[in-house]
Amino acid sequence: MKNRIRWNKTTRNNYITYAVVLLAFVVMQILSSGGILSSTLKGMLVPICAYVVMAISLNLTVGVLGELSLGHAGFMSVGAFTGVTAVIALRPYVSSAPVLLIVGMVVGAFFAAVIGFLIGIPVLRLKGDYLAIVTLAFGEIIKGIFNNLYVGLDKTGLHVSLLSDKTDLAEGGKLVISGPMGLGSIPKVATFPVGVLLVIVALIIIFHLVNSRSGRAIMAVRDNRIAAESIGVNVTKYKLMAFTVSAALAGAAGTLFATNYTTLVANKFDFNASILILVFVVLGGLGNMLGSILAATALTILPEALREFSDYRMLVYAIVLILVMLATNNDTFKSFLSRLKPGRKQKKKEVG
Amino acid sequence: MTFLTFLISGISLGSIYAIIALGYTMVYGIAKMLNFAHGDVIMVGAYICFYATSRFNLPAVVGVLLAVVVCTILGIIIERLAYKPLRAAPLLAVLITAIGVSYFLQNAALLLWSSSPKVFPPVISNGNLSLFGGQLNIPYITLVTILACIVIMIVLVWFTSKTKMGKAMRACSEDKGAAQLMGINVNGTISLTFAIGSGLAAIAGVLLCSAYPTLVPTTGAMPGIKAFTAAVFGGIGSIPGAMIGGILLGIIEIFTKAYISTQLSDPIVFAVLILVLIVRPAGLLGKQIREKV
Amino acid sequence: MAKLVSIPSNSLIPERDIDKSPILECVNLGIQFGGLKAVDDFNLTIGRTEIAGLIGPNGAGKTTVFNLLTKVYQPTSGTILLDGKDTHGMNTMQVNKAGIARTFQNIRLFDAMSVEDNVKTGMENEMTYGMWHGIFRTPKYWRQEKVAHERAMELLSIFNMEDMADMKAGSLPYGAQRRLEIVRALATNPALLLLDEPAAGMNPSETAELMENIRKIRDTFQIAILLIEHDMNLVMNICEGLCVLNFGRVIAKGTPEDVQANPAVIEAYLGKKKEA
Repeated sequence: MKNRIRWNKTTRNNYITYAVVLLAFVVMQILSSGGILSSTLKGMLVPICAYVVMAISLNLTVGVLGELSLGHAGFMSVGAFTGVTAVIALRPYVSSAPVLLIVGMVVGAFFAAVIGFLIGIPVLRLKGDYLAIVTLAFGEIIKGIFNNLYVGLDKTGLHVSLLSDKTDLAEGGKLVISGPMGLGSIPKVATFPVGVLLVIVALIIIFHLVNSRSGRAIMAVRDNRIAAESIGVNVTKYKLMAFTVSAALAGAAGTLFATNYTTLVANKFDFNASILILVFVVLGGLGNMLGSILAATALTILPEALREFSDYRMLVYAIVLILVMLATNNDTFKSFLSRLKPGRKQKKKEVG
Repeated sequence: MTFLTFLISGISLGSIYAIIALGYTMVYGIAKMLNFAHGDVIMVGAYICFYATSRFNLPAVVGVLLAVVVCTILGIIIERLAYKPLRAAPLLAVLITAIGVSYFLQNAALLLWSSSPKVFPPVISNGNLSLFGGQLNIPYITLVTILACIVIMIVLVWFTSKTKMGKAMRACSEDKGAAQLMGINVNGTISLTFAIGSGLAAIAGVLLCSAYPTLVPTTGAMPGIKAFTAAVFGGIGSIPGAMIGGILLGIIEIFTKAYISTQLSDPIVFAVLILVLIVRPAGLLGKQIREKV
Repeated sequence: MAKLVSIPSNSLIPERDIDKSPILECVNLGIQFGGLKAVDDFNLTIGRTEIAGLIGPNGAGKTTVFNLLTKVYQPTSGTILLDGKDTHGMNTMQVNKAGIARTFQNIRLFDAMSVEDNVKTGMENEMTYGMWHGIFRTPKYWRQEKVAHERAMELLSIFNMEDMADMKAGSLPYGAQRRLEIVRALATNPALLLLDEPAAGMNPSETAELMENIRKIRDTFQIAILLIEHDMNLVMNICEGLCVLNFGRVIAKGTPEDVQANPAVIEAYLGKKKEA
């Protein structure tokens, strides 16, 4: 019977996560309709959803698969650029904004998955920090390409050119992606409900994946690659699977993020953006999806909340970051904290 | 002749990357951490030199020395406050802390020195060495950069292979526990490594800003990432590897800018890195470590 | 104890397995690291339901033989025939699918996963539903997961470990970790099970229980077992055939009784007697 109870623990944690997201959604909707929500915070709702999805999808790579990726924003930008192109191209045919956005997110997820898969083949053969630096390199390459990409749309379809605008559009056509200027006149179709929907879908995909044959194989590769091989686990296949799913979710988040603005440049998705998302994951706890959600939300709001410090806010942010890492990872500090809470046994240090 | 000019400026840029990469590689070798704040130490060094020479009118040599001293101390302080408490922590936690330190340095610089770009004064007299009857002109700063890189390389190789402290450094990077049992002061050795790396970063900062004289608080970020790439390229943890990686990266960057495309030079540089790592998964001079089963 | 009979390939397998083809045949197997021949000219034949032992002093190359059989290292010479099929060119995963499972000298469990999940991961070869079935929780998913759960419990019951099913593998006591590795290996449905020092770190009563269980596993699953062990009591009690390695070469082969009396073996373990 003990078995039954323990089995429910994972499931229970998953349901708690869903519940927290839904609760947050309802509270925000009520506050928003009651006019209590400041316009700044209201404007942040969609980006928070996008960052949450970024964080939980990166957690799949870093926490569940156990590989460090420093280029996650690259997949976000693939999703943003392809998804927005799809949204603009399909706009005359689809009247409903949510449907348009969902189609855009599917397109964004698809292209990000394709890129993730192609990148994954060479990258996942590498180990540890080498893998990390190659994901960083791919992130920079993707950024560099989008910074020089010109995509135009006219009656005859899509026209693509690199380095300079050679799209040569027919009359009535317009440029969707214009090199370093990025995306222009994006239809602002992103809404908070669709954002929350994406968060829930991403959570379902990740939880179901983790609690299945595939998820066990992925975690086995993380815990002990050699042992995993010795019991017939196809290491390459499962690494690619985790990496591709992670990229796809990031792509969908990218589309959501982009359609919340009217213009967007590729430089928005640089190395610093990838690092920001990694910070969410590490602060929230590896493999802990609820933690990622809370960290992403808190750290997106924090710089706004620190606005009264004006010039000092990023400095404060940096100090908070360092202090939190010290507080959560230093043994002296941890034993000090656990002494404050009697009755709680000090847990053995886990290797992360 | 244009080819030769590009090659020389490539080697010069590569020398700067190499000096930065040395800092990354030494710290990685001993602490097994990616010190993302290293690029920002470069920026601090450049600012110190800038203020010493252009505001206080000190001679360039004093400016450079001051930058080295300040950065060395800064390196030791960062190590003591932010990294040392995390010696036993997961590597990812250390990585995030390093990023925090990087943010801190950039934003502190922003507050102290504002975001408006400073024009870095030349530390070496502006002039050219003319060869082949004026067909080939090499700026003095280029020569100094390459020379500095060679000297640093030789001194470091001598230091790590011949001196007691250098040997202690190598011992710590192989096995900290065993080194401690042999009576080596592991913490001191790690501090020393950070000190040397940060001192080198100051020199790199001065050389970088002499060649590209615009100084802003984020000046160090991109060269930092590229030098890090160079260190991996050459095989992270290896001192000659960092050197070769840095110089090759510089040459590739200048040549792609000259012959292929300025805008696409960064993507191409990174693509070359990926190709190298696919062929040699531990970099050019890195050792493949086989896991014992 | 089964009587041992010589067969043409110059090795010994139990009488009951004589009529069947051997499960494993190593012919002139060897590996060279640089100039060092870690294992050289290794020949071994194991019968379908045999319990065989691989012994020798520390550093003799016993684990290297396991690593060659499971392709953690690729042999530089010789042939491995598993059930008559050459495993040349296969990798670790493929060798496992072909029928070899192993445990490790330095335990390699999936520490952060539950005991049950460790065992279920071992069923990778027999579970067929793909990623999408998992994500959409199709009937196929539920069906196979139910079977997997029941089989995992059944396998754990060999060592009476059912009530540990939900503990984290990394938090188990040492002996239980060793047993879990055996269960996980069994979950892959092997024809040949390689055990690398299964009794290391166990107390005498645990070892006695382990011996019983190794026999039970052989009898229940009708598989061959090859084990590396330093506990001579265990080796002499349950192994039907022994192979002694020293400096990478086979120095003796035969029944436990034969091997015990072999002067070369005594010398390898105790050193050469000084001439008086």
